[in-house]
Amino acid sequence: MIRVILPPHLRILARIDGEVKLDIRGQATQRSVIDALEASYPALSGTIRDPATQRRRALLRFYACEEDLSNEPPDIPLPKAVQTGEEPLLVIAAVAGG
Amino acid sequence: MEGCQLGRCCSAFRQSQEVACAPFSFLLFYFFLNQFFEDLTELSNVRLLVGTRKGAFILASYGKRERWDINGPLFGGWEIYHMNGSPADPNRMYASQSSGFFGQIIQRSDDGGKSWHQPGLKPGEPTKNEAGMPLAESNKFLYDASALSGKPLTSHVWYDGTAHPWEFKRVWHLQPSLNDPDTVYAGVEDAALFRTTDGGKTWHELAGLRGHPSGSQWAPGAGGMCLHTILLDPTNPKRIYAAISAAGAFRSDDAGSAWRPINRGLYSKYIPKPDAEVGHCVHKIAMHSSRPNVLYMQKHWDVMRSNDAGESWEEVSGNLPTDFGFPIAVHAHEPETIYVIPIKSDGEHYPPEGKLRVYRSRKGGNEWEALTKGLPQRDCYVDILRDSMAVDSLDQCGLYFGTTGGQIYCSVDDGDSWNTIVRDLPPVVSVEAQTLQ
Repeated sequence: MIRVILPPHLRILARIDGEVKLDIRGQATQRSVIDALEASYPALSGTIRDPATQRRRALLRFYACEEDLSNEPPDIPLPKAVQTGEEPLLVIAAVAGG
Repeated sequence: MEGCQLGRCCSAFRQSQEVACAPFSFLLFYFFLNQFFEDLTELSNVRLLVGTRKGAFILASYGKRERWDINGPLFGGWEIYHMNGSPADPNRMYASQSSGFFGQIIQRSDDGGKSWHQPGLKPGEPTKNEAGMPLAESNKFLYDASALSGKPLTSHVWYDGTAHPWEFKRVWHLQPSLNDPDTVYAGVEDAALFRTTDGGKTWHELAGLRGHPSGSQWAPGAGGMCLHTILLDPTNPKRIYAAISAAGAFRSDDAGSAWRPINRGLYSKYIPKPDAEVGHCVHKIAMHSSRPNVLYMQKHWDVMRSNDAGESWEEVSGNLPTDFGFPIAVHAHEPETIYVIPIKSDGEHYPPEGKLRVYRSRKGGNEWEALTKGLPQRDCYVDILRDSMAVDSLDQCGLYFGTTGGQIYCSVDDGDSWNTIVRDLPPVVSVEAQTLQ
């Protein structure tokens, strides 16, 4: 089971209360987590990655285990603690602006 | 005049009713009065659909338009570039919800704005197909790269003159069909026109516009390269107008397949060839439904008029204090009465002299009069964006506009005087008026 914590705007959009828990076959990657997230919550389709390019939206970042995973390739396995559900994958909206 | 928010009126009245030992007759009176207020939104015959930088608002009133019920914010925290209702079914509404963080969302209401859902994701209906994949397609605006468009549409001109790939950013404008609630046109950035025929579930590009031979030479204006104006000719279902900043105006006479520029007569001294076929920064075009061949345009600079469906344009800026501005509107019952709101300059996006003035011409341009009563005449430095002025079609035509300062102004006497419906919304991006029969 993979735990995902989304930013408040996306939780409201998808009517999610608290963490998201996803069952993913095999090793979880950024891509497989977002695939599963969009399958479970279609309202989130296109909000985390661009539907045309499949690239992560520029002002969102992925963190886990106190590491910034944002620029990791989307198909490499997530850290072990995320795979086991010990730690969540955090989707963070950039703190931007003045 | 400060608009009365009926919800608050009801609340205050309800509190007073909590005083113990109220006589039965008073309770009965309260019941009917309360019911009256709660029914007002149902009975309203004007709705304003207001998009702001931080959510949407629906303002409802009835004939006199003195008191308004203000509902919102909807989609709090998101930019609502545009919200529009179907002329064929006013309870069918569409909203463009977007964010620099999370991209583009299309929202739809089937009940006059009481509830919203992403098309294809109505609560209680399946959200996945038989293969288990999400049905959410409503947020996908994918540029046509097929052979049907006639050529690969790969790039346009960037600010520095280099070729830049087309990148979808957001929906600027939604124009529902005049007779089918499920058909809607969407003008987007980077400039392209999309259409849905299934109530917003799926969107497909009308690629003939971007596929015009000039398409690869289009360049963005300061606000991006957006398709912001879509006009449907009520007398000719095959005729569609579109306007793009900064490419210009275009017309299709075959329901959106083929397009051609209609910019003859426009003169933009800030571009390399001032009378070029394309490259003009058109800010807004308006038409009156009774005379669809007469078009009025607020260009970056210049107010223009065409009497021949855009084949040629003439300047009608006349005695305006400045002919820079964004919105332009036509009176609902007087096709020669038009309104603009002059802005000082393209570098100073606020009213000249700090005086907020609507200008009216009753002769289709050239001769303008300032309308100031009820509007701030000192220290006013708001902007009025291109989609932020609207008219209703009640017998006494109502005019409305919203400002980047969060005010919504209303006039029910052709602009002679103005009232403030609400003054502290987030910056207003768009205003649409629905007249309910």
